[in-house]
Amino acid sequence: MKNQVITANALIEGDVVYLAPSGQWVRHLSDAQVFTDDAEADAALHVAAARSNEAVGAYLITVTLQDGIPGPTHFREAFRLRGPSNRFHGKQAEHVDLNDV
Amino acid sequence: MYDYNAFDRAFLKERNSQFRAQVARRISGELTEDEFKPLRLMNGVYLQLHAYMLRVAIPYGTLNSAQMRKLAELATRWDKGYGHFTTRQNIQYNWPKLSDIPDMLDSLGEVGLHAIQTSGNTIRNVTADHFAGAAADELADPRPVAELIRQWSTDHPEFQFMPRKFKIAITGSPNDRAVTRAHDIGLRMVERDGETGFEVLVGGGLGRTPMIGKVIEEFLPRADLLPYLEAIVSVWNQIGRRDNKYKARIKITVHEHGIDEIRRLVRARFAALRGEFSGIDQQLLAEIEAQFAPPAFRQAGTDGYEAARKADPLFRSWSDTNLTPHRAEGYAIVSVSLKKHGATPGDASAAQMRVLADLAERYGHDELRISHEQNVILPHVHKSDLPALFAALREADLATANIGLASDIIACPGMDYCALATARSIPIAQQIAQRVDALKIEHDLGALKIKISGCINACGHHHVGHIGILGLDRAGVENYQITLGGDHTETAALGTRTGPGFSYDEIVPAIERLMLAYLGLRLTDDEPFAETYRRVGLGPFKAALYEEAQAYAAE
Ligand code: SF4
Repeated sequence: MKNQVITANALIEGDVVYLAPSGQWVRHLSDAQVFTDDAEADAALHVAAARSNEAVGAYLITVTLQDGIPGPTHFREAFRLRGPSNRFHGKQAEHVDLNDV
Repeated sequence: MYDYNAFDRAFLKERNSQFRAQVARRISGELTEDEFKPLRLMNGVYLQLHAYMLRVAIPYGTLNSAQMRKLAELATRWDKGYGHFTTRQNIQYNWPKLSDIPDMLDSLGEVGLHAIQTSGNTIRNVTADHFAGAAADELADPRPVAELIRQWSTDHPEFQFMPRKFKIAITGSPNDRAVTRAHDIGLRMVERDGETGFEVLVGGGLGRTPMIGKVIEEFLPRADLLPYLEAIVSVWNQIGRRDNKYKARIKITVHEHGIDEIRRLVRARFAALRGEFSGIDQQLLAEIEAQFAPPAFRQAGTDGYEAARKADPLFRSWSDTNLTPHRAEGYAIVSVSLKKHGATPGDASAAQMRVLADLAERYGHDELRISHEQNVILPHVHKSDLPALFAALREADLATANIGLASDIIACPGMDYCALATARSIPIAQQIAQRVDALKIEHDLGALKIKISGCINACGHHHVGHIGILGLDRAGVENYQITLGGDHTETAALGTRTGPGFSYDEIVPAIERLMLAYLGLRLTDDEPFAETYRRVGLGPFKAALYEEAQAYAAE
């Protein structure tokens, strides 16, 4: 069993989004819905992928959980969560609080 | 340079309005992503890690000041105030919104620029020697032929859905600065009995299976070029593999069938095609050539230049590294480095682009070039203007004196932007440059090409770097493989892997060990890295890389 989250890129802005328990796409990983059941995660991905008019290229990522808050396990997802390392752009600039983690 | 005629302008307008409608239908939900993706790729729009990316073609690397100002305008109006110049003489914008891209394309169209065929399985932007039309060692300016190829390949009905992308590079000089041997087709202008023609290379390419291009024709008369190119592409389009994306490039076709068989097929196809061209291409070429007439070079003294060299050590150092001999008396080719130590290779701010446009207008016959090495070139500057130019470049933070040196690094966007990346490249380049600067060894090291790619697609040309670095994902951690002894010139060669890779934290110290090892190994102060490597081989460098690392670990 692993903890998983659904992520994609927003249709217009192209930035990274995550699927929240409300069914909305949100921009903070900490607000994402965490699936603990693989079959449930796959089913939710199927539904999310069909919503390509809101967010593009949906896929599942494995996350860590600390005090119930999901965090990235792979460095690619850590970069998507933060933004580029050569310039202070992307999520790190838009959500400065994320830098405190 | 080439000015768009009414036909080109109408074509571009029509194409942009089609794409505007496609974007609108995507946003309204009429088009799914699967339907839209091939359409956006045809127009240079990628979806990257953090945002969309728009890739704009700079045909054969040539721009005028109005076009450069337009690139700056796009960066300010629709992006984050900068652009990234790539190894394929394109510029990439990293942050556009999908809904803004049609406006960006219309705006580019005003100065004859576009993003067509900068992606997708088409014939891509034709790249050329960045010193074309200026270099002292050139037989003829290759850009008219490059423009002819651009016109022939743009929207060519037979070549829109090919097995894979297709890249052509051309140089008019025997000294190959266009990496022609690492392209699907490479064209090198050569002379035979007073006539100029082309040495035609085919099947080169980097990426997953790197290959050096093979000679398919030693001498092809200029007039035969287009039908011959069409014959090559058409033979490959027919027999090239479509079953496996990684085996689809022409390098694999040439490898599997052998160059002799490919030559036979191409010549047969050429014989059938040649008549169809009926010389129209040659008429067109003559018209294009007229537009590439050299500027009216000025006759003037160069005393001011010599005096400035004597008086100002900074200017002297810059002119030692950043100038290349020009074919016109009293002129120089200026390379403006986009590789300030610690900066992102190839990035220019909108303000810097405007300064470069102004300087080109004022001192450079209104011409600019983008090099595959991610620098900007002012191809025609009279030496008497160089001190003033240098002062203006310094003010714009563009006067780094490092062309061809260790910090003049090619680096692809890597995992800071690119969705295909397996590791970052930009921060590695930044740290190496800062390190050689801190050690003050750069000028002592001399000519050294370091090239970095963030995945096996090799956009950073790592295989042909004297030192190549390839970033990989090894069990969820960034890992960097080193190759040594690559060569990107007319004597092109692929580098050899040194052994196991290094972690993100270990790679910069490892490169430092290589550089220090070279300083100890060279016979004389002017034996360059590449020659020392050829003389001593991999062994001593490998020892420096691995044995010392172990020794440190044991301490
Ligand atoms: S080499 Fe790989 S990581 Fe670098 S730009 Fe090309 S595809 Fe992206």
